[in-house]
Amino acid sequence: MSNAPAIVAAQEPVRRTPIALLDLIRTHRRVTFAFALVAVLFLIALVSPVISPHDPLAVRPDDSYLPPLTPGHVLGTDELGRDLLSRVLWGARVSLPVAFVAVAVGLFAGGLIGLVSGYAGGVADLLLMRFVDALLAFPGLILAIAVVAALGPGLRNAMIAIGIVAVPVYARLVRAVVLQLKQMEFIVATRALGATPLRLVLRHLIPNLLNPIIVQVSLSAGFAILAEATLSFLGLGAQLPTPDWGQMINAGASFLTNDPWLAIVPGAAISITVYSFNLLGDSLRDALDPRLRS
Amino acid sequence: MTAYVLRRLLLMLPVAFLVTVGVFMLIHLSPGDPALIILGEDRSPQAIAQIHQELGLDKPLYVQYGIWLGHIVHGDWGRSITTHQPVAVAITERLPATIELGLTALLWSLLVAIPLGTIAAVRRGSVADSVATSITVAGVSIPNFFIGIVLIFVLSVTLRLFPFGGYVPFLTDPLESLRHVALPAIALGTAGAAINMRFTRSSMIEVLNHDYIRTARAKGASWRRVVFVHALKNALIPVVTIVGLQIGGIIEGAVVTETVFTWPGVGRLAVESIFNRDYTVVQGIVLLAAFSYMVANLLVDLAYAWLDPRISYA
Repeated sequence: MSNAPAIVAAQEPVRRTPIALLDLIRTHRRVTFAFALVAVLFLIALVSPVISPHDPLAVRPDDSYLPPLTPGHVLGTDELGRDLLSRVLWGARVSLPVAFVAVAVGLFAGGLIGLVSGYAGGVADLLLMRFVDALLAFPGLILAIAVVAALGPGLRNAMIAIGIVAVPVYARLVRAVVLQLKQMEFIVATRALGATPLRLVLRHLIPNLLNPIIVQVSLSAGFAILAEATLSFLGLGAQLPTPDWGQMINAGASFLTNDPWLAIVPGAAISITVYSFNLLGDSLRDALDPRLRS
Repeated sequence: MTAYVLRRLLLMLPVAFLVTVGVFMLIHLSPGDPALIILGEDRSPQAIAQIHQELGLDKPLYVQYGIWLGHIVHGDWGRSITTHQPVAVAITERLPATIELGLTALLWSLLVAIPLGTIAAVRRGSVADSVATSITVAGVSIPNFFIGIVLIFVLSVTLRLFPFGGYVPFLTDPLESLRHVALPAIALGTAGAAINMRFTRSSMIEVLNHDYIRTARAKGASWRRVVFVHALKNALIPVVTIVGLQIGGIIEGAVVTETVFTWPGVGRLAVESIFNRDYTVVQGIVLLAAFSYMVANLLVDLAYAWLDPRISYA
């Protein structure tokens, strides 16, 4: 979160739009590369029903344990004869939406807490921040596991759990930026001109929050995919027969001696996806941070 | 400094209160009667009535919380539903294995991070720096359970260099203990290594730009001496604080790694307890994890304030 003030300081105190980020994608090679990776992942998730060579759920016992590069099954098949490539491609349709719903939960709840806390200050700030501190007192994965343990295993509860873990991150980020913006002359002037709090928030605070939030969203998405895979690996997230990467690794781990690909292929899929989001967040942060730009 | 310590302790109180409320509510968030959840299979009306009476389930929620907190403070963390063992005993029995794994993982992460982070900072912008930076992002992107599985496949199943699973206490047989802990520690410590490397690099870059480094160079000190004697000591201050937090988060990391390597620690106990719906044990572990994290946070803040007095007056 320490990058937030630097990012704000780097901005002109005027309305910001994501268009500036499009410029970054065009002008920074690292951002371009990371953005292209993420775009390809989304494309895969979108078109996986069309490009998957087989039904990811179709069980064919006669075709079980086929090794990679078998004609018709590029990445081989699993213990039930299901095509591994199709399952990995469909896995993107599970992981990416789960990550984004979780991030949206965190962003909405955390952003609202941060906005109210930073803007209102006083008792509201004190109370809300203690609540946020309490959430931060739990290690992320432990909190997610505790919530899933309480609500029961499943994808929906995993999304809620990961979203709750993200709440304090956004609350602190938004509060830090709002506190800094509140001191800026253009906000003081707008308030002096009689702008209502709602107008101030919607027209001036939120647009200036966009850049740090976009950086954080891509970093949180990486964490959310990792957390979802971890919960599913432990059997607390996606349930059978959903083609989920974490769960596929869990199942594949039992056949490690003879068929290591069953675990390695989905593991590589998770790693590449999380790497892409982390790289995007990292490169955006570097591109927006004046200290690192020099 | 004393005022800062007191203020920091006072700020911790409401957070600790909210954490206990959160852990207490864990069992109440679950659908159904908590007594039925706690009892599991043994659901005789007498047993249900006894639990209702013990926990005061017929009383208002805040009274129930008071009763529960009273038990916790007095060291009574309840009994496991499956083994009927006191929760505090179950956790204490498993804690040494988790601590041994966590500390070895931390040691591994520092052995990798400090030299690589220093090289990346000294040769900033070089190929070595780019490679180190890419490794950093990769290190935090690969799930530790996947690293564990790959390590098992390569070093244990294929090359047979390390045993798979099993725990030998360090004091029983140090060498055998290290052979058993090596793979889980590498799996667990890799993400930490990536984070620590990143901190070492950025901190080192900042320190190397300070005037005193230029002065040391101007006085004729060799580059090697400047880096390792003058710069590294100061550059490691932020790394020490991160390491403090990583010690506090040992239980979190252990949850998955212990499951992969069938390591008999608190993390594996947590996962087993979730599947057994052993909520009292889950509650105990979550409470322990949160409090060790909070204490680590506090110690890190205090250490930082001690190392950099400006923080106390902020």
